Amino acid sequence: MQPVTGEPAVRVTDLTFSYEGDPAVDAVSLTVEQGDFVGVIGPNGGGKTTLLRLMLGLIQPEKGVVRLLGADPAATRHRVGYVPQETGLNKSFPVAVRDVALMGLAGRRGLGKRYLRADYLKADIILERLGLSAVKDRPIGQLSGGQRQKALLARAMVADPEMLFLDEPTASIDAAGADDLYEHLRLLNGTGVTVVLVTHNVSILSRYVKSVACINKTLFFHPDGKFDQESINRTFGCQVDLIAHGVPHRVFHSHEGGFPHD
Amino acid sequence: MIDAVGLLFLRNALAAGVLVSIACGIVGTLVVVNRMSFIAGGVAHAAYGGLGLAVFLGLPPAAGTLPFSLVSAMIMGYATGRNRERSDALVGALWAAGMALGIILIDLTPGYHADLMSYLFGSIMAVSGSGLLTMAALDVVVVAVVLILYKELMAVSYDEEFAVINGLPVTVLRYLLLCLIACTVVMLIAAVGLILVIALFTIPASIAELFTKRLRAMMTVAVAAGMGITLTGIILAWLLNLTAGAVIIMVACGAYGAAYLISKNRRFNPEDGGLTTVRSV
Repeated sequence: MQPVTGEPAVRVTDLTFSYEGDPAVDAVSLTVEQGDFVGVIGPNGGGKTTLLRLMLGLIQPEKGVVRLLGADPAATRHRVGYVPQETGLNKSFPVAVRDVALMGLAGRRGLGKRYLRADYLKADIILERLGLSAVKDRPIGQLSGGQRQKALLARAMVADPEMLFLDEPTASIDAAGADDLYEHLRLLNGTGVTVVLVTHNVSILSRYVKSVACINKTLFFHPDGKFDQESINRTFGCQVDLIAHGVPHRVFHSHEGGFPHD
Repeated sequence: MIDAVGLLFLRNALAAGVLVSIACGIVGTLVVVNRMSFIAGGVAHAAYGGLGLAVFLGLPPAAGTLPFSLVSAMIMGYATGRNRERSDALVGALWAAGMALGIILIDLTPGYHADLMSYLFGSIMAVSGSGLLTMAALDVVVVAVVLILYKELMAVSYDEEFAVINGLPVTVLRYLLLCLIACTVVMLIAAVGLILVIALFTIPASIAELFTKRLRAMMTVAVAAGMGITLTGIILAWLLNLTAGAVIIMVACGAYGAAYLISKNRRFNPEDGGLTTVRSV
């Protein structure tokens, strides 16, 4: 599944993008290696989603270069699985869970061609793996938020992507559902799939991600996943609680500045 | 008293009702799930400019309305693709400009005294044989396109961004959907007039939405609901000697109200796709 070239999964160089003169991403450079699990964190409006959209070539940078899997994103993004936030989609759309999963193969199958028998089997296997077999014939609107989010993950997984991009996948689901989703991502990452996860949920970072990119217009990258209160403060521009509620262990590295609430 | 000429008109009207319902149910379903009814209304009203031009040049109405519908649909598609938030104003402007152009062109037409009402509220009782052929041809186009590109249209309607990343030609598909809307609008103008286009576009599909959980089923039920509504409306209008377009819309609204009440009294049963009627407790 992995290309032998040793190309990084994503390389962005000096990327700048603004909305009507208001900079959203400013001179950002970042290299995501193959097999990495990157958590992209930052405050609302800090440019997380903009960076993701730039990496996928959905918007064009004013300045800078994006290379996705070694080439222009428009040429390679079909090899990437994309998982949006489930609340952004029409919940009452008349479509069954299995048909949502199949949509991940629509581009590959070709215009005007029907899905193959193998495509249905593939969708069933992925849905089984994600624990959605019992609800696969239900309309998407009858699922819980967590199940719906996993259906979108299934849609991204059916085409055996080399990378997964996820935009706030757990923003609207409960803690148990989020853990379930992250566990599936960890398993996928273990098989060599590069994962780029945009989230505001810093509490999950140390348990699942390998490296962390903090973005608030500019970007700080922590390739070893270890980052401290200072960089968090710098990114968010304010104190952020690094301790997750109900998590019995200390989730982040100690730093000479100490933890908040000192 | 039933006379032979009256029956011929009625037969043509009923045939037109069936043909209109096919395109209307299929494309209307796509309009409803894509939340595009404002664009459909804009296309219909912009088409009035084409009607004025056809009258001015002495051509059949569809020769003006079809190109105007198509071009205005393309412009609206371009605008909504560029900037979704600000496209409302442009759709509204095209909506009004088309109507104004139509009125001016009809003003400028020497000796024109035809009934404007028939374009605003339709003239399904006066559909000609060639009008029926045009409708049948547009139906064939709509059904063929949706059958061939069903999975693509569904993927784009559900999540356009994912479809782009997945490698589907989303821009082409979006313009294609707009073309289907434009073609259907032309048929609907002939049947119920441009004022009532939005109602007939959205009501059968909205009724179908209440009872179906799949896009394909929603299209089928919308076609059936459309046929029931138009045929009932035409027969009532014929018996009561009223304007058919208006009666069709009244029937449609009544049917929607009834369908809504029925659907409220059902509880979804996942085993059979929601077809069991269960009294809510």
